[in-house]
Amino acid sequence: MFKKILVANRGEIAVRVIRACREMGISTVAVYSDVDRAALHVRESDEAYHIGPAPAAESYLRIDRILDVAKRSGAEAIHPGYGFLSENPKFARGCADAGVKFIGPTPHSMNLMGSKTSARQQMEKAGIPFVPGTSRGLASAAEGEQVAERVGYPVMLKAAAGGGGKGMRLVHTRQELRSALESAQSEAQRSFGDSEVYVEKAIVNPRHIEMQVLADEHGNTVWLGERECSIQRRHQKVLEEAPSPIVDPDMRRRMGEVAVKVAQAANYTNAGTIEFLVDQQKNFYFLEMNTRLQVEHPVTELTTGLDLVHLQIRIAAGEKLPFVQSDIAIRGHAIECRIYAEDPDNNYFPSPGKITLLLEPSGPGIRRDSGMYEGWSVPMDYDPLLAKLIGYGSDRPQAIMRLERALDEYFVAGIKTNISLFQRILGDADFRAGKLDTGYLDRLSAKTTPAAASLSPDEIKELEKIAAIAAGMFAVLAPSSSANQNGNAASDSAIPAASSSNWKQKGRSEALR
Amino acid sequence: MVYEILVGDKASGKAGGKTDGKPYRLELGKVGDRWECRLDGRTVDVDAIIPRPDVLSLLIDGRAYEIKREQTATDLHLWVGSARFAVELRDPRSLRSRQKSAGDEKGPRKILAPMPGRVVRLLVAENSEVEAGQGIVVVEAMKMQNEIKSPKKGIVKKISATAGAAVNPGDVLAIVE
Repeated sequence: MFKKILVANRGEIAVRVIRACREMGISTVAVYSDVDRAALHVRESDEAYHIGPAPAAESYLRIDRILDVAKRSGAEAIHPGYGFLSENPKFARGCADAGVKFIGPTPHSMNLMGSKTSARQQMEKAGIPFVPGTSRGLASAAEGEQVAERVGYPVMLKAAAGGGGKGMRLVHTRQELRSALESAQSEAQRSFGDSEVYVEKAIVNPRHIEMQVLADEHGNTVWLGERECSIQRRHQKVLEEAPSPIVDPDMRRRMGEVAVKVAQAANYTNAGTIEFLVDQQKNFYFLEMNTRLQVEHPVTELTTGLDLVHLQIRIAAGEKLPFVQSDIAIRGHAIECRIYAEDPDNNYFPSPGKITLLLEPSGPGIRRDSGMYEGWSVPMDYDPLLAKLIGYGSDRPQAIMRLERALDEYFVAGIKTNISLFQRILGDADFRAGKLDTGYLDRLSAKTTPAAASLSPDEIKELEKIAAIAAGMFAVLAPSSSANQNGNAASDSAIPAASSSNWKQKGRSEALR
Repeated sequence: MVYEILVGDKASGKAGGKTDGKPYRLELGKVGDRWECRLDGRTVDVDAIIPRPDVLSLLIDGRAYEIKREQTATDLHLWVGSARFAVELRDPRSLRSRQKSAGDEKGPRKILAPMPGRVVRLLVAENSEVEAGQGIVVVEAMKMQNEIKSPKKGIVKKISATAGAAVNPGDVLAIVE
């Protein structure tokens, strides 16, 4: 087993991996940029090294600097987390060349799965069901039109190197195809430096369901059950759950067997995820493979009782999987909420800044994987994911009850978060009925009933009175908010009436008249 | 202590009057180690402690409330459960707060940075006329651009933001009069 692991990431996932290492008696090495000196992953690790300025391209994406830290610290393996370098075959290759074990698949498997067209070609050979269309880039608009006639409109044009919705166009008619193809190709060229675009049948309002696999380096591959990831906003997952409300044991086994076949076709090792689109008749089609640990891995951990990060590390150390497929049992239900620093009342605009108050939930059935703490300033330079709140129950209704209770306990001040969005989702009738597809969140947003609207006017009036009394009590008991003490609050508020002279003076000095 | 308190709704995010447009009148007097509390002339039995900064535990006639305080760059918010209220507290004896309450729409208004970020560009020049809701500067944070808008119709008296500069919450970006 490794004695020391470098974690080439930041935020909640870096903390998650550091915790697994500590549990296994492995010492940890963190890396950090200029703005992350005070980040939780740096505080939690045994060693930490600075790797550059705030922009990721100059720090967390710098292969040379990270490998240099590995060498300097004597780390024997690198865990890449998700995002950043986790799916970069050059990084995996660089690790191998430097004699450091990359905790993940081989560069070969990553290459194969990295391009959507090469993955489709591979799946075609292995006889895997995928969305009908081409498995090679389109040579011309005429070819695109031919294929579209064959599979039927609407069709989706997709960049081979794509991700995050870039280089993607939905085409409803033959007339639109030519110009859509041109714009998709030029966007793909700009975003990925590769203009290859292919066409596939568009599945209308599909579900997005994925299957977790684990493969050791001795030829053993198992599936660990599906995750329902249909609740997305702009192709970004927001809430995931396991198992899916629509997958029965037979469908689960069929999806699992296909997923294992996909992994084997790519000679895949370590943890990976096969994404499927599922249509309204519950037909499932291979979409792509994610060659890393997923953000939403905890829902699989809770329903299988396995620790995926422990297993990733054991597999990378050359151990055999300690179980076979028939040992895997799915038990209970888990739902994950991704807590983002963004403002649900202002079009989900990012909200970095200092966390002035943080009250965190715990208790039965609640798991919280977090990278934030009170007093920490969320930097503006990275993905806004702050934490994941996962609820577990013996069944779906209980998982929902526990999550609702925990969300009520969760309070973050100083920055905006999307906590209220989850209160809306969990209380929504369609969600409770398991009626989910990738259009769900848009439909929910269109129903203009914010969470507080569930209160009657009389109840709101009562709460207003409480707020008025509280305002006065705060003023006499603790005139200055902790946010003010940090000097980052404006003086326009009329609070100075009851507060310290210091505060008044600042108010006067900034007063405009 | 006598306060006039404006409590706004969650939707607008701004402090406003009650249904009748008037502020709450709250009288607080210390009696021993307890506070005597009268809200709009009616006595309320209140027990209050601050268990940790910005958290207030209230017991009112046996009912327990936990209230959280959030002071942003521009507003004071109080959370009662998951309901958020914008709150403005005035001491009616203070001249300044009376002036302020009278002239909310008149006079110069500072436009403050609501979050840390970088100024990407300026959308108007000094001395230009702007409408309420018109964009003044663009601030970028977490790879997204946010237009900071004018709170009122008027003339841009001063622009303190410069393109490319980093800003902190509460920094004055511009003044509109």
